[in-house]
Amino acid sequence: MLFNLSLIALIAPLFTGVLAGFIGKKIGKIFTNGVTILGVLISLIISIYILILILGNPELVFNQNAYTWLSIGSYKLSIGLLIDNLTVSMMIVVNFVSLMVHIYTIGYMHKDPGYHRFFCYISLFTFAMLSLVMSNNFLQLFFGWEAVGVMSYLLIGFWYTKESAIKANFKAFIINRIGDMFLILGIALLFSIFGTLDYEHIFNNTESITSNTVKLSSSFEISSLTLACLLLFGGAMGKSAQMPLHVWLPDSMEGPTPISALIHAATMVTAGVFMLARMSPLFELSTTALSFVLIIGSITAISTGLLGLVQYDIKRVIAYSTLSQLGYMVVAAGVSAYSASLFHLMTHAFFKALLFLAAGSVIVALHHEQDIRKMGGLKSKLPITYITSLIGSLALIGFPGFSGFFSKDALIEAVSHSSVYASEFAYYCVLIGVLITSLYTFRLFFLVFHGQLKDENIKVKEPQLSILIPLILLAIPSMLIGWPTIGPLVFNDFFANSIMQPSSNDIFGYEFTDSYHFLTHSLSGPVVYIAIFGIFVSYFLYILKTDIPEKLSTAFNPFYKLLINKYYFDYLYENVFARLFNNLGNSLWSKGDIKIIDNFIVNGTAYRVGRLSSRVRELQSGYIYHYALMMVLGLALFLAWVVFKSSGLVL
Amino acid sequence: MIIDQLIWIPILTGLVVLILGEKRTNLSYLLSLLISSAIFFLSVYMYLLFDNTLASYQFELKVPWIDRFNINYHLGIDGISLPLIMLTTFLSPIVIYTAKTSLKNKMHQYIASFLILEGMMIGVFSSLDAFLFYVFWEAMLIPMFLIIGIWGGKNRIYATVKFFLYTFLGSVFMLVAIIYLYMKTGSYMISDFYEVSLSLNQQILIFLGFLFAFAVKIPMWPVHTWLPDAHVEAPTGGSVILAAILLKMGGYGFLRFSLPITPDASLFMAPIMITLSLIAIIYIGLVALAQTDMKKLIAYSSISHMGFVTLGSFVFFIQSGSMDLNTINLAISGAMIQMISHGLISAALFLSIGVMYDRLHTRNIEEYGGIVTKMPKFSVLMVFFALSNAALPGTSGFVGELTVILATFKVNIYIALLSALTLIIGAAYTLWMIKRVIFGAVTNEKINSQPDMKLIEAIPLSLIAFLILLIGVWPKPLTDTMNETILSLSYLVGG
Repeated sequence: MLFNLSLIALIAPLFTGVLAGFIGKKIGKIFTNGVTILGVLISLIISIYILILILGNPELVFNQNAYTWLSIGSYKLSIGLLIDNLTVSMMIVVNFVSLMVHIYTIGYMHKDPGYHRFFCYISLFTFAMLSLVMSNNFLQLFFGWEAVGVMSYLLIGFWYTKESAIKANFKAFIINRIGDMFLILGIALLFSIFGTLDYEHIFNNTESITSNTVKLSSSFEISSLTLACLLLFGGAMGKSAQMPLHVWLPDSMEGPTPISALIHAATMVTAGVFMLARMSPLFELSTTALSFVLIIGSITAISTGLLGLVQYDIKRVIAYSTLSQLGYMVVAAGVSAYSASLFHLMTHAFFKALLFLAAGSVIVALHHEQDIRKMGGLKSKLPITYITSLIGSLALIGFPGFSGFFSKDALIEAVSHSSVYASEFAYYCVLIGVLITSLYTFRLFFLVFHGQLKDENIKVKEPQLSILIPLILLAIPSMLIGWPTIGPLVFNDFFANSIMQPSSNDIFGYEFTDSYHFLTHSLSGPVVYIAIFGIFVSYFLYILKTDIPEKLSTAFNPFYKLLINKYYFDYLYENVFARLFNNLGNSLWSKGDIKIIDNFIVNGTAYRVGRLSSRVRELQSGYIYHYALMMVLGLALFLAWVVFKSSGLVL
Repeated sequence: MIIDQLIWIPILTGLVVLILGEKRTNLSYLLSLLISSAIFFLSVYMYLLFDNTLASYQFELKVPWIDRFNINYHLGIDGISLPLIMLTTFLSPIVIYTAKTSLKNKMHQYIASFLILEGMMIGVFSSLDAFLFYVFWEAMLIPMFLIIGIWGGKNRIYATVKFFLYTFLGSVFMLVAIIYLYMKTGSYMISDFYEVSLSLNQQILIFLGFLFAFAVKIPMWPVHTWLPDAHVEAPTGGSVILAAILLKMGGYGFLRFSLPITPDASLFMAPIMITLSLIAIIYIGLVALAQTDMKKLIAYSSISHMGFVTLGSFVFFIQSGSMDLNTINLAISGAMIQMISHGLISAALFLSIGVMYDRLHTRNIEEYGGIVTKMPKFSVLMVFFALSNAALPGTSGFVGELTVILATFKVNIYIALLSALTLIIGAAYTLWMIKRVIFGAVTNEKINSQPDMKLIEAIPLSLIAFLILLIGVWPKPLTDTMNETILSLSYLVGG
């Protein structure tokens, strides 16, 4: 019964998305948004229902194949569902944010000619994301993995006549494909060892392969597990936009704002983090891989946060913030605190979706203006957007009591207690990151809502209800969700049936009693003070002494230039790598195919045969002495050959 | 008997169409469409009768033909030939169907050529007698030669001669190899060839003889340059059949002749074959990136994809230690799936390019852009086919490449890494084309006045899209058909 219900939860968004895509335009907007919202709602209700059932009776957790996808010889690859606490939590997060975004879209896109297409895409995306998290094997994971990538590709390029949009979606797809290549190689490595791609089989037998190695050269061997983890993490780096594969995410802001909230903040980009948690039985056996994860996450967390400080596009600031927070989640996975990592994923899904949707509300109110230099003083004009943005911002910086506080603080606590290689480096990164987060968040907040209204003439009013309702509905969990959930999710054994991690005492070095004590405990550490300090600094820089930022940027010009140019990653990719491959392709074609193979060998042979035959014609001159000469020459050559042959000199 | 009908009914219909002449073109068109569709359903009927659990030939028909040389008219199918025959019978009516939208002059001859070609292609895939195989193999060149030479583009004569010389030269060597095998065995039966014992040197020479024929057909680098030229000049239908089916004969040849007859030579030559496959995947992929002509781009993409077929057919030979049957099985299955999948996807892409060409009369990518603004329905299909070409999971393009990569990884990690580069390169050249052709602002005035795809254009594309999706979501029926045959082939190769 539960299996069929889960199947309905999975299929509902697919079905309604296809309906909206095929017949939505003929029937009307109300049908389109109605049917797709219904699909997601069904899926959400089922997810919650399953959660309640599973909490009541943990025995109900199941792992079942739906059908055999492929069978070759003794190999079988299946499609199936694994419903455990991790899956259900992800389903709820995905469906909830998706539902909010569906409702929001009614208002946000109501004038857009691609209204139906948009609903079709976001429903299909929801299906793809669900199939990713509900999978019970690596194959289906990869299916969902690439399917969300395609939906992201289509949605970034939603406004397909805009050159910047179709450039961004191409870039996003290719960079993701680099990660996917590593992922498929990691999957192939696991397949070559286990002969199956089922999670259950692989995770239950990891111990048996701890001593397996892969020979990379005659003198260098690497543990199979480590290599598999590194390759899998390569996939996570692409999808969760970790350095140096992060460049696609800021550009993905070319897409409509609702999908920035849904795909590029709350769900798809966290797929990598989800995967790390799902693969914890593998990663836990390789400290090398964990350290690598930790280092990449730390670098991403701190360096992308800095970039958020110099951006002027409201969505791009939030996008860099997302990159930085994804770095945090990856860091947590690196210190084996998967539960904290997932917890941050969930709170982040709420408050970051909120921030994006609020930004969208501002953008709509200002008639599609995205430059924060042209904003300011919107506080009184957009009260609901203002309040919800404040809640989102406080949650993001980890202000005590807000959801982000619980998740970030638990995460940093885990880093500080870790003894994995590079954990000290990671600790300083995440600590400095807290200040940076606070700075860019409130820089944005103050510049948009406080200060002076830039243009008095422009009519600014709160957008319609369908935009505001999701803001309010997302603000509630952003503010409160941490209180009841941190205990069971992070410190207790809620994820015990799906994640393998050390006991919470080992990770956090701290006995958890209740959320209130967690809060008081945190007040004895530096994190919250750093965050609050950041708010004051932002207030000082962007409200009181607004000329200082500019002076700073001239004083530290080389550093500022580095940030403005995003560490030159884009330059490197576009002008070095892309150009290199393009030139390579061109020269292989013009030199290899046309010049050498076609002109020299093929047509050249034809030409030479032609010339030779005209020579041969000349030989047939009709003069006896010509023939006689030829015969003598031929005979001489033949004799020479025989002599050499018999003396064993040549041939 | 049923195979006999599959071969000769289209050929006879083709002759009837020729006799009916130009005046009764409409009648011929309907007749051809009807007959070729009936042939497709006949092949479906054959598929239903086909017994998956047998590795042996089925529907066998053996009639003495030339007694003096022990040549038989010997037909039969197994799990390798059946999917390829179904691909042929599926695409032939589609090609005939689309003749009407893209062709003006001498349509009856055009249709007749395709009908005759269809019969001969089925003949190639079902011949169990090497001589008969050779006859079909060569005879097939004639209609294809005419299709490109008569209905082709400006530079068609050069392309046709190049196509003919290449493939003909290649098959001459194959004929020598076949005759040599006949002299050894006294029989032209292909399965008799499997049992003859040959020294390594003899095997290598025979392998090379076959290699020339198959490498040109598939085509492998460096004997591939005829294909882009042929594609560019060929009419849409010609390109479809060329890419979807003719290329597959090379891959079929490797599985039917090279591997089982000369396993030791295959083992010996495997490093070269694998290198050439990787060159096809990477080098040709990069060359595809540089193309400015859509058809050329897809032609290069075809060569690159066929690299996976040759890779799957040979990669298992270089396993360290003893050869693992499971790996052989997996790799060859991957090669087969890739052939079927590529047949569908390349056909769809060439048809799609045809739809655009019929409107704008250019294949130059630069002259496109913003097609989606005027042809949204068409663009949905085109983007779908492009994503399939980039091996998106859920489409057939993914299944073959995944299977080959899985098998390759078991053999060698570096070869797997290099072959997996196709995930990036394939996506790059395909989606870059989509970016420039389908998306973007309209720059070419002519595009603004174009109507969207008509229903008659949508039907064939949708049918192919359905199959691509079906195989992508559930490839099991396809692999079930092939399993037993490939397993017995694996025994022949690795046993």
